[in-house]
Amino acid sequence: MEHLHDERIKELELKANDIRQTIIEMLIEAGSGHTAGPLGMADVFTLLYFHALRHDPKHPEWSERDRLILSNGHICPVLYATMAHAGYFSVEECKTLRKFGSRLQGHPHREWLPALETSSGPLGSGLSQAVGMALAERMDHGKQSSKFFYCMLGDGELDCGQIWEAVMLAGKEKLHNLIGIIDRNNIQIDGFTEDIMPLEPLKDKWESFGWHVQEIDGHNMEAINNAIQEAKAIFNKPSVIIAHTIPGKGVDFTERRFEWHGNPPGKGPVDVVPKEKQGVEALNELRTLRGLIRSEHE
Amino acid sequence: MNDMADQKLNPKLFDKDVEQAPIRKGFGEGLLQAGEEDPRVVALCADLTESTTMIRFAKKFPARFVNVGIGEQSMASVASGMSAMGKIPFFSSYAMFSPGRNWEQIRTTIAYNNRNCKIIGSHAGISVGPDGGTHQAVEDIAITRVIPRMVVIAPCDSIEAKKATLAAAKYDGPVYIRLAREGTPIVTTLDTPFAIGKAEIFFTPKNGLEIKVGIIATGSLVYNAIMAAKELEAAGIGAKVLNLPTIKPLDEEAVLALAKEAGAIVSVEEHQRKGGMGSAVAEYLVQVHPTKQAFIGVDDKFGQSGTPSELVEHYGMGISAIVSAAKKLVSQS
Repeated sequence: MEHLHDERIKELELKANDIRQTIIEMLIEAGSGHTAGPLGMADVFTLLYFHALRHDPKHPEWSERDRLILSNGHICPVLYATMAHAGYFSVEECKTLRKFGSRLQGHPHREWLPALETSSGPLGSGLSQAVGMALAERMDHGKQSSKFFYCMLGDGELDCGQIWEAVMLAGKEKLHNLIGIIDRNNIQIDGFTEDIMPLEPLKDKWESFGWHVQEIDGHNMEAINNAIQEAKAIFNKPSVIIAHTIPGKGVDFTERRFEWHGNPPGKGPVDVVPKEKQGVEALNELRTLRGLIRSEHE
Repeated sequence: MNDMADQKLNPKLFDKDVEQAPIRKGFGEGLLQAGEEDPRVVALCADLTESTTMIRFAKKFPARFVNVGIGEQSMASVASGMSAMGKIPFFSSYAMFSPGRNWEQIRTTIAYNNRNCKIIGSHAGISVGPDGGTHQAVEDIAITRVIPRMVVIAPCDSIEAKKATLAAAKYDGPVYIRLAREGTPIVTTLDTPFAIGKAEIFFTPKNGLEIKVGIIATGSLVYNAIMAAKELEAAGIGAKVLNLPTIKPLDEEAVLALAKEAGAIVSVEEHQRKGGMGSAVAEYLVQVHPTKQAFIGVDDKFGQSGTPSELVEHYGMGISAIVSAAKKLVSQS
């Protein structure tokens, strides 16, 4: 994985902005779904699908691909939007999200959309699956395997006991080919994570279970890239990247607010923007980069 | 047709000192053989390697065995992930914990996800005995058979358990195998036919007795069902016994044929009456050939400590309870 040059960083940032627009458009069309998490993770997903992952959107079944396992299935709008922009299916199809007969189920189902690595929604089980995949790979190819298994986790789902069963097992097995990425946005449905069920000291917890831990700004492409590079270089333990993100990132009135966890534009809190204007205003902000008109779009 | 010789059952079945073996022993043998036959077979256990008899596989194939510690929820999903990479994972614990504690992980990450995983619930039923009610899984058939795609098998003895294990390894899809703990009389032989989804008549009364009742039994109580039918025969009441190892998919043809011939059914299982094998039989028959049915099983209660035979008698699943239920049904018709 090469170093990111300034020009490339700018390309990726613009791509993430396009993906955020698709997320907003699909949520408006669906009339339900999650806003905060998908917007907050758009930068990490962009870096993965447009730079870090070994994959081939035209051949999703390619056996040598890296695997990306989405554990917090409710942020699937960002997965679907990023996969569409990467070429797995048309961006137009994103507007079928949550509709009857759509391949884009409200929570991902791999049988409807075979390019997915798993089905998810009930929280806490993705890391175990990623551990199983990484273990199976190592049984077949030993420590020489060059495939990596990325597990995307929410911070709220770290409340689940099953996560820590998997954390222990990965530490015991020293799974170097496993990379967890935590969306540390500090919110869950009922409020802020530290009010609902405190997670800190989060870094210490993972370290004490035998993981290599990095904390980064989850909106800084260079930082995300460097962290993934470092995680791949660590050979004797699994890695986790705690990506500090701003929930609802990219749209002023959705940022940092847990009320946007499970609501789409048009159904969010009304103290700043009235419901009927939430969709239009969100898209307007993204299209204009918060008022800075993008030269290449003029 | 359909008599004991045709099914090649244990010729010493009616002896007082009929050989007994824990049903789970057959699983341990079957898993070992499945592992030898197919390198994709892997095994996971949650700190019960010896008592679930997985130890034989673990010793022979240490690189294909994972002990996840006491973490049944994670174990189910780890198995799902291994299956995604082409493995055929068998994972075992006591039935109370798997599929008990980890039901949602089995439902979503295995069945909904259509992963080729085999769930082995040992120490199922009331005959766990002295461990008491906490450990006596008498709900596991209900919670597994309700999951779409799940195949549910309750072998009647250790020989059938071995066959079921080998068949599960070759079957592409999620399978639950329920194993009882204690010594169970050997009913079958190596030559007794076994196939997933197939039920077989294990007892037909002699002397051309008219069939008045059909006993459908699964798992560890098949022996009791046969002994009950023998008693009924001596009392002049014709009873056939259908061994139904696969609870799902149900062998509808065999169940319907017996219901039509006998006109009354007694279902026998070491499980809650609600939601178990008897319910599966009734759900089917009521649609195509409504048939009077008595349910032998635990009647909406939790278990307690005791010897297996004390508990089987106390909770109404002994030979005499089956005989009485059959007589009552026959007298009503």
